Amino acid sequence: MNILYDERLDGPAPEQDRAAIRDSLAQAIPDMTLLHREEDMRPFECDGLSVYRTLPLLVALPDSLDQVQRLLVECHRLGVPVVTRGAGTGLSAGALPLTHGVLLVMSRFSRILEIDPEARIARVEPGVRNLAISEAASPYGLYYAPDPSSQIACSIGGNVAENAGGVHCLKYGLTVHNVIKVEILTIEGERMTLGSDALDAPGFDLLALYNGSEGMLGVVTEITVKLLPKPEVAKVLMASFDDVEKAGNAVGAIIEAGIIPGGLEMMDKLAIIAAEDFIGAGYPVDAEAILLCELDGVEADVDDDCETVRRVLENAGATGIQQARDDAERARFWAGRKNAFPAVGRMSPDYYCMDGTIPRRELARVLKGISDLSERYGLKVANVFHAGDGNMHPLILFDANREGELAVAEALGGEILELCVRVGGTITGEHGVGREKINQMCAQFRPDELATFRATKAAFDPRDLLNPGKNIPTPARCSEFRTIKSASADTAPGKLQG
Amino acid sequence: MTMANTTHLTDHDASAALAERIRQAGSEGTSLRIVGGDTRFFYGREVAGEVLSTREHRGIRFYDPVELVVSVRAGTPLSELEATLAKHGQMLPFEPPRYGEVSTVGGMVATGLSGPRRPWAGSVRDFVLGARVINHEGIEQRFGGEVMKNVAGYDLSRLMVGAQGTLGLITEVSFKVLPMPGATRSLHLELPLDEARQRLAEWGREPLPISAAAWLDGALHLRLEGGPSSVAATRARIGGDDLENDFWAALRDQRLAFFRAGQAPLWRLSLPHRTPALDLPGIDESHMIHDWAGAQRWLRAELDAEAVRRACQTAGGHATCYGPRPTAIEPFAPLPEVLMKYHRNLKAQLDPKGIFNPGRLYAAL
Ligand SMILES: Cc1cc2nc3c(=O)[nH]c(=O)nc-3n(C[C@H](O)[C@H](O)[C@H](O)COP(=O)(O)OP(=O)(O)OC[C@H]3O[C@@H](n4cnc5c(N)ncnc54)[C@H](O)[C@@H]3O)c2cc1C
Ligand SMILES: Cc1cc2nc3c(=O)[nH]c(=O)nc-3n(C[C@H](O)[C@H](O)[C@H](O)COP(=O)(O)OP(=O)(O)OC[C@H]3O[C@@H](n4cnc5c(N)ncnc54)[C@H](O)[C@@H]3O)c2cc1C
Repeated sequence: MNILYDERLDGPAPEQDRAAIRDSLAQAIPDMTLLHREEDMRPFECDGLSVYRTLPLLVALPDSLDQVQRLLVECHRLGVPVVTRGAGTGLSAGALPLTHGVLLVMSRFSRILEIDPEARIARVEPGVRNLAISEAASPYGLYYAPDPSSQIACSIGGNVAENAGGVHCLKYGLTVHNVIKVEILTIEGERMTLGSDALDAPGFDLLALYNGSEGMLGVVTEITVKLLPKPEVAKVLMASFDDVEKAGNAVGAIIEAGIIPGGLEMMDKLAIIAAEDFIGAGYPVDAEAILLCELDGVEADVDDDCETVRRVLENAGATGIQQARDDAERARFWAGRKNAFPAVGRMSPDYYCMDGTIPRRELARVLKGISDLSERYGLKVANVFHAGDGNMHPLILFDANREGELAVAEALGGEILELCVRVGGTITGEHGVGREKINQMCAQFRPDELATFRATKAAFDPRDLLNPGKNIPTPARCSEFRTIKSASADTAPGKLQG
Repeated sequence: MTMANTTHLTDHDASAALAERIRQAGSEGTSLRIVGGDTRFFYGREVAGEVLSTREHRGIRFYDPVELVVSVRAGTPLSELEATLAKHGQMLPFEPPRYGEVSTVGGMVATGLSGPRRPWAGSVRDFVLGARVINHEGIEQRFGGEVMKNVAGYDLSRLMVGAQGTLGLITEVSFKVLPMPGATRSLHLELPLDEARQRLAEWGREPLPISAAAWLDGALHLRLEGGPSSVAATRARIGGDDLENDFWAALRDQRLAFFRAGQAPLWRLSLPHRTPALDLPGIDESHMIHDWAGAQRWLRAELDAEAVRRACQTAGGHATCYGPRPTAIEPFAPLPEVLMKYHRNLKAQLDPKGIFNPGRLYAAL
């Protein structure tokens, strides 16, 4: 099933008169940058999942909220869809443009409006890069906790829209746990504040609803995040294992010992070798798996916890345990992990990153399942996980220039996600559904549940103009998905049983 | 894998009967007043509707301490859930207030109230991983799940928290749970309010193991939680007198004398924690409880509701009127017009026939 917008399955997408819409927008908002030439719009044709590309109708680059508001009012009047884009680092084609829609790029909103060290909050525009917030807060001994591996590039607006996570989620939470207030522009151009500077707000928790809503309910125009005091110390232990399953069990054993590490990450052999090749992080390349366990907090406690974790790791059968001797070595250990995607990318012309989350106890079974699938489809898979919270990132290696290989990678990816659902997990832990996982939504949710999602969307955008075709599949798409699945179930070789 | 043995004699799945009752209400055009323990009836507007009790639908359906996940049916007593977690050294970190033995898990989620640890650990919604909800057609639906991270579809499980049952009947909730802290010490420091505020602001910028801070009766009450080493070191540094750890349960469950004295309405002011004394005529801030390091303030007084709400709103917060409440006073702060419009739209989409707790939050919902 095609991933690109398909009128038959995704709903009507009437042909738009580009010149006429451009005229209307230019007239309504004369001072706004509006790109329409193919060569100018090229850079915006995809997000981080670059195998899917679509040229938008027009690209709007506003630099004031007034312009954004007028753009929305005008598009709403004209019935033209709007796809919002942050930094374009998304991995689920969430910001993939539509040929019949305007791409609204928020990257010019890159000012940090306020850091209040006493209140421990930062108020920022949506185009501010994730890492820029921690950098600005650093002189006050504060930082912004969620740290996606893309933090040098991704925008905080995109983080809110995806409810982005990072390597420190288990202890410090996702974006939704660290954002206290957002300003929204609705598709009709109304301004609305969700959340507050206090710890709660009256009415429904729309702040929670907007986190992770993938630009489908409104445009985020300002974000207030909470800042945390930097931990006094952070220490990281690296444990190697000769067996992936043992590493998986060690993760549970650490938590069973009553410890919630600041970060708890796992990589398999292929990912270790790739990262070591790329960064020289000091990883043991002969290991089948490594665990990185970071403990942070007050020094005395961290030292106690390091001892406990070391003991747990030994009992779990680690073949080697190394504690970073200083901050430089600690940074190096993390650099290998944070650069794992590009590192794996060097091993292969293309890679496709999955994002399923599973109950941790199913880790061994799912890894075995992935390895079987990898063999069956004939494509290599490297595994990187946020092990502490069961969020897996299998990276499928393929070559898009080889006839049909993208389709094979997609099919393999789809099966991995369906496996995650079968063991009680989910198709996406942090990257979002976007366009990429639109079909697997039909595996995770029943038709009546999807109808409730559509009803929710209709409360905020009844004409389906904000990012149409993303996140929630239509009934038509799901019935086709189910038909194809039941047809192939009978023919697939060695079908996995959940 | 450790799977805690949680089977309870009275465990019972009543979801089919609940769904049937909702379908019936839908076809008859009647409204339902959802009731858990009915202990929080004071919290919110009165609902005209036939009582639908969740008490029969109870039991801890799944608990795996190693996964840090528990899934509980809505009618389960909160006390039963907390006792089961405690057996495994775990807890609900947000310390929900308990009003007696009968408070239910569904009521806790629907009201969304959190206790003293909230500013440091997070609120009820922060620990909700997933929920099962019976919708207006009487169909039980599942949102979120039993894993730590899940961004598939809209976050409808967190939307249910604090919605007071106006969007659907919650039948089951999955929570992230955490280990209890290794060490706990509570202390009491005689300090004027201003000085307490100043100290809290300074401590807040350091990674100290503070997990509760309430000023009342001329003293700052602090709780330290964490590893034994850091708790002992911080205790020595901050000084003050020892305080019984029980104090926090009494504050959390509103059992302190403050909450019982007098007939005047109880107000809850939710404010940015550094908000200075509010300009409320005739109100002495030293007669209030300043919990959550100043972000949640309790006040007992006959007040001009509009004046209180204006003062809180100006400061960036809002005020809720708990009972006893004169009928002229709305329990919850009114919403700005645009926000109210989308609340109405959402209610109309998810509960088009107005079956669930109509008018509980606002007259228009
Ligand atoms: C190498 C690499 C590593 C990554 N690691 C992680 C990781 O560890 N954790 C993680 O969670 N993600 C990770 N990601 C994915 C990605 O960085 C995140 O999803 C990020 O939040 C996207 O932000 P963005 O600004 O690039 O958004 P975009 O890609 O531009 O957009 C993403 C979605 O957000 C919407 N959107 C953007 N801005 C707004 C706005 N202002 N208002 C409303 N909607 C908006 C878009 O419509 C789209 O649906 C990684 C990506 C890469 C390339
Ligand atoms: C300050 C104070 C004053 C008090 N005053 C009184 C008093 O005057 N009289 C008295 O008898 N007791 C009083 N109490 C005790 C208290 O009201 C109750 O004991 C109880 O704690 C509330 O929990 P619950 O399960 O009973 O929730 P409920 O009260 O049953 O429900 C709370 C809300 O959640 C909704 N809800 C519940 N379950 C669900 C579900 N599964 N799905 C969707 N929505 C749901 C309900 O419709 C309701 O809106 C008081 C307590 C305090 C602290």
